[in-house]
Amino acid sequence: MLTLHNCLLLSAILFATGVFGVIARRNVLIVLMSIELMLNGVNIAFVSFARFYPGSSQAPAGHVFVLLTMAVAAAEAAVGLAIVIAWFRNRKTTDTEEMRSLRW
Amino acid sequence: MNEASRCLAVVPFLCLAGFLANGLLGRRLGRNGGAAVGVAAAIASFLFSIPVAREVFSTGEAVKADLFSWIDVSDLQVKFAFLCDRLSVIMLLVVTGVGSLIHLYSAGYMAHDASVPRYFAYLNLFMFSMLLLVLGDNLLLMFVGWEGVGLCSYLLIGFWFEDPEKAYAGRKAFIVNRIGDFGFALGLFAIFMVFHSFDYETIRANLGDSNIREKLLHTFDLGIWFVDVKLSLVGAITLAFFLGAAGKSAQIPLYVWLPDAMAGPTPVSALIHAATMVTSGIYMICRLSHLFVMAPPTMDIIAGVGGATAVFAALMALAQNDIKKVLAYSTVSQLGLMFLALGTGGFSAGFFHVFTHAFFKALLFLGAGSVIHALSGEQDLRRMGGLKNKLPATFATMLIGTLAITGIPPFAGFFSKDEILWKAWEGCLTGQNVGHGLVLGLLGTVASAMTAFYMFRLLTMAFLGAPRGSAEAHSHAHESPWTMTLPLIVLAICSVAAGFLNVPHALHGGAHFSAWLQPVVAAWPEIATAQHVSHHSAERGLMVVSTLIAFGVSGFALWIYLKRPGLPAEVIQKSPGLGQLYALVRDKFYIDEAYDRVVVRPVKLTAFALWIFVDVLIIDMFINVAALVAEVVSEAARRLQDGVVGTYAVWFLAGAMLLLGYFLYILGAA
Repeated sequence: MLTLHNCLLLSAILFATGVFGVIARRNVLIVLMSIELMLNGVNIAFVSFARFYPGSSQAPAGHVFVLLTMAVAAAEAAVGLAIVIAWFRNRKTTDTEEMRSLRW
Repeated sequence: MNEASRCLAVVPFLCLAGFLANGLLGRRLGRNGGAAVGVAAAIASFLFSIPVAREVFSTGEAVKADLFSWIDVSDLQVKFAFLCDRLSVIMLLVVTGVGSLIHLYSAGYMAHDASVPRYFAYLNLFMFSMLLLVLGDNLLLMFVGWEGVGLCSYLLIGFWFEDPEKAYAGRKAFIVNRIGDFGFALGLFAIFMVFHSFDYETIRANLGDSNIREKLLHTFDLGIWFVDVKLSLVGAITLAFFLGAAGKSAQIPLYVWLPDAMAGPTPVSALIHAATMVTSGIYMICRLSHLFVMAPPTMDIIAGVGGATAVFAALMALAQNDIKKVLAYSTVSQLGLMFLALGTGGFSAGFFHVFTHAFFKALLFLGAGSVIHALSGEQDLRRMGGLKNKLPATFATMLIGTLAITGIPPFAGFFSKDEILWKAWEGCLTGQNVGHGLVLGLLGTVASAMTAFYMFRLLTMAFLGAPRGSAEAHSHAHESPWTMTLPLIVLAICSVAAGFLNVPHALHGGAHFSAWLQPVVAAWPEIATAQHVSHHSAERGLMVVSTLIAFGVSGFALWIYLKRPGLPAEVIQKSPGLGQLYALVRDKFYIDEAYDRVVVRPVKLTAFALWIFVDVLIIDMFINVAALVAEVVSEAARRLQDGVVGTYAVWFLAGAMLLLGYFLYILGAA
């Protein structure tokens, strides 16, 4: 059943999974992936509203937003992975609990 | 603007330029360069004031230079403008002329000093401030100059600030002057309240207005306890201004700073503490003479304070052994005579004494400086003597200065002092106000008699008799370089010639100086001036008597210190009472000690108490408590930051949820 309700439910499940991953997992790669999940959950919400909004064929704002988000997410993933690699080369770890040198 | 007013606009700023050059580039200019710039600035300002003076003297009208609008706030409108009228042209010439000579002298006197550019920077700044004071066309500009000369006086007294005593003397001068400045400021406020203007011309023009006259003469009842005091508004204003004048011109009770001001270099004492700055109180009273004559009680107070200061300071000058201290007390005493003249309505007489005193007192100070310079810093009269042949030019010029201040005819002091004495005795000799005139006249005559004594004591002890200092110092004594003797000679010529500008009518002279000032100063009291003509024989008699006194006392001093130098000590030994009196005079009546007990220490104690109880206990406590609270709160808050990114994510989530919940609640409520 492709209703707005079901689509938003899927979006919420994806987002919540991402949140859980960010909070609960200690591997920084998993955390990054979870962030991607959250972003995609939001993307689904965007397109769902766009799909079920009557005037969207004239002003497809929801779709445009999703494209923007995907571009930013790609950039974010590139930067994030680069930081992770640099960190791993220096400290030989991907554990977030050990990444606390910003605290004083 | 014509040529004269363009020159007038430039005069003060030449000195400012000299100050900036020496103050900012002094290190690069070096010793000789600094001196050259300083002297050039002073002489240039003198040269530029000549066309101004020529214009004023030929037309009799004021030269004005309107520079810009300085303050413009609702009805407070003050121009930055210069006014050179019959009164200020004389001050202009004295300040720039005597100032130039003293700058030149300083170039020789200070040649061996370590910080010549700093010295000339201060001296040029002083000239600038003094010119603002005398040339400003309103009271506010005068006040700026007034404060400026006070600052320079402080800087120059403490010029050798490595010596704590000299630095203290500078501070003392500054703080005592503050008390006077407080009076000046009160007077300024009251003037603005009444006239809504600070312009001399506006004030004088509005004095005729009946509304304003009524306001000024309105009397307040200031009865305290059983004392019944009535004070008119104009009385209060003039008293406030007189307090300012007493501070700047070293009158009782604020004279204490001037003797200590001798800690500065001697040319400074000559320029600031004898010729120019200390006379600015007299200039100010002459400026506001039309206001002062509306308050006869103030005039009486001025005359009384002036006469008392003249006698009191002369008394202390008798027993000083420091050559500069004698001259300092002499200056206080002469300033007292000037105030005595002002208080009896002799504005032109007082101002004429300012004029002649500028020459002979600057001469005496510079001569004393030449002696000190020759003896490598010796200031004690008891170790001088026999310098006549070693320093012939200094001796000759000092002799002229001494004769001038003593009032021996035909030197300048004779004419100016007799004018003052006549003003003081007038009430008594013309039978109009016998008691008043008798007291003031006696004060004046006693002060001038003592002047003759202490000046001839100084001259004899320094130059005549046998040398009392070490033989080595005496043999090294040498005449000063031309930069120092030339100003002495010029000033000596002025000290001889200046008196002839005001030969009184009683001696069939023209009294040109008085006639010149007549349009700008008030005539008071009216009756006396009207009857003046008929008392020439009384005036001549007074002249003969005071000249005889001057001769007699001078001769007496010469005889004692030349033939019987041991006599004072013998007298003191024979009569212990006189000895005690002598000690009292020598120790300056313990006035400084009394002020220390009564004023300085209580003030310091109050300040200490305020520091402990207000500053430390209250203000600091508030600040410390605030800091403590911040510390405790932040100590708790810092625990939130553990550096683990997961924790931050949780807090972030919690915040987001909270916001979300809040918005949902709002939506639900709506």
